[in-house]
Amino acid sequence: MGVVSMNILPSILILLVTLLTVFAQAALPGFRPWFGAQVDLLPALMIYTALASNLALVTGVAVIGSLAFDALSANDLGVTLLPLFAVGLIIYSRRDLILREQVFAQFVLGGLASLLVPTGTLLLMLSAGQKPLLGWGTLWQFVVMTLGGAVATPLLFGLFSFLNQFLGYKPVTQSSFRPDREIRRGRN
Amino acid sequence: MLKKPHYIAVGVVVLLALVLLNLPPKASTRLKLAIGSIFLPLFGLAGGAQQATSATADAITPRGELLRQNETFRRENQQLKILLMQAQENAKADARLREQFGRLKAAQWKLKLAHVLSRDPANWWRSVSIDLGSRDGIRADLPVLTADGLVGKVTSVSFDRSQVILLGDPNCRVSALIENQTRDQGIVGVAGAPFDGSLVQMEYLARSAANNIKPGQRVVSSGEGGVFPKGIPIGTIADTRPAESGMFLQAQVKLSANLSGLEEVWVLFP
Repeated sequence: MGVVSMNILPSILILLVTLLTVFAQAALPGFRPWFGAQVDLLPALMIYTALASNLALVTGVAVIGSLAFDALSANDLGVTLLPLFAVGLIIYSRRDLILREQVFAQFVLGGLASLLVPTGTLLLMLSAGQKPLLGWGTLWQFVVMTLGGAVATPLLFGLFSFLNQFLGYKPVTQSSFRPDREIRRGRN
Repeated sequence: MLKKPHYIAVGVVVLLALVLLNLPPKASTRLKLAIGSIFLPLFGLAGGAQQATSATADAITPRGELLRQNETFRRENQQLKILLMQAQENAKADARLREQFGRLKAAQWKLKLAHVLSRDPANWWRSVSIDLGSRDGIRADLPVLTADGLVGKVTSVSFDRSQVILLGDPNCRVSALIENQTRDQGIVGVAGAPFDGSLVQMEYLARSAANNIKPGQRVVSSGEGGVFPKGIPIGTIADTRPAESGMFLQAQVKLSANLSGLEEVWVLFP
């Protein structure tokens, strides 16, 4: 019970940040006025979740994030779910081999995920007969999304590290004092 | 490699994705709007914060600047009043002539102001959501515009929110005509330039019109197609070139409305 209650705060934080991320992407112009494309932060968030959390949360972030994203977009509902979950599952199943503390590893994984998730989403939409706005500009948008996601991933790791330290339990520090070794002084 | 919980998670997600992707369009739209309404309090907060910021900016604007703006608006208002008088007189004459020739009276446009809540987070669509819904009488396919020109049309409507698909999106096509001597007609369709969101393509122009179409000519809705009334400004011709098939002419149109900076739009009830 104790373990569950200790683990629930980071999970709630991740789900909350997932929803806020989607909201921010829709409500704020972000990098759109400068670079002509909005950076998608869900893949970066999925990388963090897959490396730092459990499978249930990977599934939760994929479901909640993709449904929220598709609901605020003209995408078909559920079209982002499979690519996002697939990236999360691959990273999760291989996370023992990944140097997750390394900023470079986070950067590369974030960039790859930010490239693969929109590509998978677009392929699914095209196979379903949708006609999204594609052209030479799409290549530039992918560059912006990949670089944006790559840069955002280490920042997300930093953010969650700060939030977990700030809101979570403080680690118990081991004291060098041992009561059984105390020298008792006094008169006999 | 994969363990039992992995297979369970994959099964759940695949099943959910299949169910969602195979929902009937109406149910899918309703579900989307219902999920999107979770964010309404956040949009309200964001709107409130924006208003507070603009109120603060108003409060610190120097009095001299406000007086100057006031004078400009007063002059503009007087000009518009005079133009309105002329337009009203023209409308009366138009109605009289229509009556004499037994034609239907032209209906007067009704407009409703809407605030833009959010933009499409996906880069491959051009859409926004607005704060008017079915409770305000909004329905699908109503034209949306600003004072500068046409913006797009309503695609899906919930009780208090609607999605507007913008010009340049592949799903928003407008029958349009060029205000030149030959009144050449075409279809305003997808975005025209990779890095410039203000350009859209006008397609299916007759090849014979090549000499009549010049940069700077105004493009307005033609009224055909039944969605957009005739005469709404769309933009101006930027350039022309033959279409890839060689059968038609293609023109780039610079949009009148600034679609990347939309904050308030008008929904038109024709």
